[in-house]
Amino acid sequence: MPSTVALTVARYRPERESEPTFQTYEIPFRKDWVVLDALNHVKDELDGSLSFRWSCRMGVCGSCGMKVNGTPKLTCATFLSDYVPAPIRVEPLDYFPVVRDLVVDLTDFMRKLKQVKPWIIRTEEKPPAEGEYLQTPDQLDTYKQFSMCINCMLCYSACPIYGLEPSFIGPAAIALAQRYNMDSRDEGAAERLKILSEHDGIWQCTFVGECTKVCPKHVDPAGAIQQYKLTGATRWVKSLLLPWGTR
Amino acid sequence: MGRITPLLWLLFSAGGTVAALLFPVHLVLTGLAFPLGWLEAPSYEFLHRLLTHPMIRLYLFVLISLPLFHWAHRFRYTLYDGLQLKHLTELIAVLCYGVAFLGTAMTAYLLWNIP
Ligand code: SF4
Ligand code: FES
Repeated sequence: MPSTVALTVARYRPERESEPTFQTYEIPFRKDWVVLDALNHVKDELDGSLSFRWSCRMGVCGSCGMKVNGTPKLTCATFLSDYVPAPIRVEPLDYFPVVRDLVVDLTDFMRKLKQVKPWIIRTEEKPPAEGEYLQTPDQLDTYKQFSMCINCMLCYSACPIYGLEPSFIGPAAIALAQRYNMDSRDEGAAERLKILSEHDGIWQCTFVGECTKVCPKHVDPAGAIQQYKLTGATRWVKSLLLPWGTR
Repeated sequence: MGRITPLLWLLFSAGGTVAALLFPVHLVLTGLAFPLGWLEAPSYEFLHRLLTHPMIRLYLFVLISLPLFHWAHRFRYTLYDGLQLKHLTELIAVLCYGVAFLGTAMTAYLLWNIP
């Protein structure tokens, strides 16, 4: 194994350059280093001007998503040793506006996330005195997988449809909507269906499946979308057969 | 187009299921097992007699028609997204589903008219 590795990083400093450029740093190669460690090494030792986001260093916060050699990755969970001796290239996530260097602007996702109402909706809240809403382990299992999302945006960056149609609500937001739809305590499915059964919702998806492939938390957003399509289509058939009585 | 999207998707997924489950059986039988002599090939008369049964005709209709719609949907998006022909979206949709529809009509016509 080599003792150093070439780390090429996308740079964009709006006050200095109008187009993103690349800068290469020679960094020590250590077997226990992840890409984020290498970036922190650059920032601490070589070039303090490099900007990127991170927080937990343990695959929980979802803020360190970047493209590593072309594939969306959590940089805190991606080891240098998976690439070395090949050079490593780090770029900001695709399809989001770049604010600076490796930092992208997530406003679009935040807006979409709010649209799908990812919280428990009740037609009527029972008074606290009546106790919690109980749930069996089986009921928990129906949505648990979708609740593991850390909003890292790797799935958006991997989705060619989101790249072509920025209005597409996108994988994580739909998976999170499904997380609440499947929750036995929730009564908001009909409200969410209105947004999700629009063209920009589930029907934009052509089941490329890349979102599921890159998801570090095994959320399977592609599965959530197909599941939801079946719900949407069933509703549609029902509304044809019983035009007067659809709930 | 927007209104019937769920229908097109239902046809697409039903067609995909049919193609994935039943095509391999037919391919193995007629493509390998019969020509290579693993199994004795049924005679023309036998197959013809099979075809007189309405359920067999219905089966063939489903087997041919649904996968056509699966193809139409996939090919539509291949053209639309893959080749970036956004401006031709209506034309592409009409052509793709049109071909599937014609194929379906032709299948029905032929199956119906088997003596
Ligand atoms: S679904 Fe997976 S890839 Fe997408 S934001 Fe959530 S954790 Fe990240
Ligand atoms: S730093 Fe929190 S997920 Fe990578």
